[in-house]
Amino acid sequence: MSTSQDSTVKASGPNNFGYNDFVLGNFKFNRDEYFAHVSWPTGSHAISIDDFLRALQRDCAWDFFYGTVNFDHVVGTINHYGNVDLFAGRFNEAYRKAELDYSENFQTPDIRSTFHSMLDNWTNSTFDPFASPAETQAPWGIKSGSNTEAVTRRRVAAARMVGVKGDEQIRTDATGHPINRMFADVPQDEPQVFAEPGFEGEIAAFNLFAYLSRSNVTWNPSVVSVCKESLYCPTTEEYILPIVHGNDRVEWFIQLSDEIVWDVADRETGAPRAKVTMRAGDCAAMPADIRHQGFSSKRSMLLVWENNSADLPALIASGKAPQYPVSF
Amino acid sequence: MAYKTVFGSLDNFSKGRIDIINDDPKHYVFSNLFEVAKKSKPWEKVAVGINQEYVLEAIRAEGQSGWYSCDHDETVICMDGNVEVNFVKLDTPVAASGKSGAVAVNGEPVGKKMGRVVLQQGHQALLPKGSAYSFTAKKTGVLLQQTIIGDLTKQRWAQICLS
Ligand SMILES: [Fe+2]
Repeated sequence: MSTSQDSTVKASGPNNFGYNDFVLGNFKFNRDEYFAHVSWPTGSHAISIDDFLRALQRDCAWDFFYGTVNFDHVVGTINHYGNVDLFAGRFNEAYRKAELDYSENFQTPDIRSTFHSMLDNWTNSTFDPFASPAETQAPWGIKSGSNTEAVTRRRVAAARMVGVKGDEQIRTDATGHPINRMFADVPQDEPQVFAEPGFEGEIAAFNLFAYLSRSNVTWNPSVVSVCKESLYCPTTEEYILPIVHGNDRVEWFIQLSDEIVWDVADRETGAPRAKVTMRAGDCAAMPADIRHQGFSSKRSMLLVWENNSADLPALIASGKAPQYPVSF
Repeated sequence: MAYKTVFGSLDNFSKGRIDIINDDPKHYVFSNLFEVAKKSKPWEKVAVGINQEYVLEAIRAEGQSGWYSCDHDETVICMDGNVEVNFVKLDTPVAASGKSGAVAVNGEPVGKKMGRVVLQQGHQALLPKGSAYSFTAKKTGVLLQQTIIGDLTKQRWAQICLS
């Protein structure tokens, strides 16, 4: 986490509402009681501050994730893994046709430090952007304290698997992970593990469903197991995915519990393509040429499965790898 | 309010759907792993997810499996039932170096016993590189294996996916 003392962050303020204003290249960001205001050389845009902070939180926590993170239909980022485009109207057909879209490229550390500072400065003490709306208070009003601990949560990243000796460990009450109210009925017994002497570091198992029942964040995929570049990134989902994810590679969803409905639209234009309803046991791919946003009425468990290979975006963009996982 | 968490099982799953607006449903490669396991033979490794060389396999766990080994880490999640996994550290590797996916071990594996784990629904186990492992399921269950396409992987997308 960088702070506003970071030399790459251009911040001024506080403004009349107590928040700092930020400048990143030709983009300007400021917040008032209700909105984040973003402006760039060819236009400006307001986003409700709850939506903006939830989206900004994911973009920060995921370090710009895979592909495009659309905050809404206008503003977002594209990850080029080392540098990042910040854009306005880039994936909006009307902005493109009017030639009002605007994009600027930044070295990752520069946009990262500005985004982290903005998230920290604009989040008040009683708002947690990672929580579901029912679990947090509102972000409105003039500046009132901060919630640095919530906005800088460490992202879990197992090297082999959660529960392996020396790797990420399971969640318990003692680690500060109580069972979520919507998962109170999820069995908590851990698997029986009998390792022969000398193999304690190799024989490992854990209760994934119990682990997920104790997640204190929503819409935050984090790595629990690794098979070379194949990453299991399960997450618990409640309410609406705060960003619209535009894929630069195929991504897979395995619905572990309950139900999520995905709105799928064209990655470039945003034109709707399909509605995908997923229930426990359903497996579906999100193609590399779409954007998607999920809706989960009850907190649900979703296994997001990623291929982390660094070569994939270029292979797909150049047509050497297909947009779809398999043809049949 | 008491919330009910809905997990799936072989006997009780409710498959979702795709409502097409302007697309081909095949692009989503949509299947349900319980439905797939219901129609599989015991221990068949049927791909329900594929991303380049990586696959997820739905496995109908029933009775005693053979022994397998792999030259990279794999994992299994028990999605239904109760499955015991036994492990042996192989004296001599069975999967060739650099070989992707699980291979079958002929007969009993030769090496030291590493231990065993007993998985219930929702439990995930590591299948460590270089070990031999076998599964036992007294009651029919379902495993989801994280691995790479191998000699034993079955791809039958047209039969299992919405179209
Ligand atoms: Fe996504």
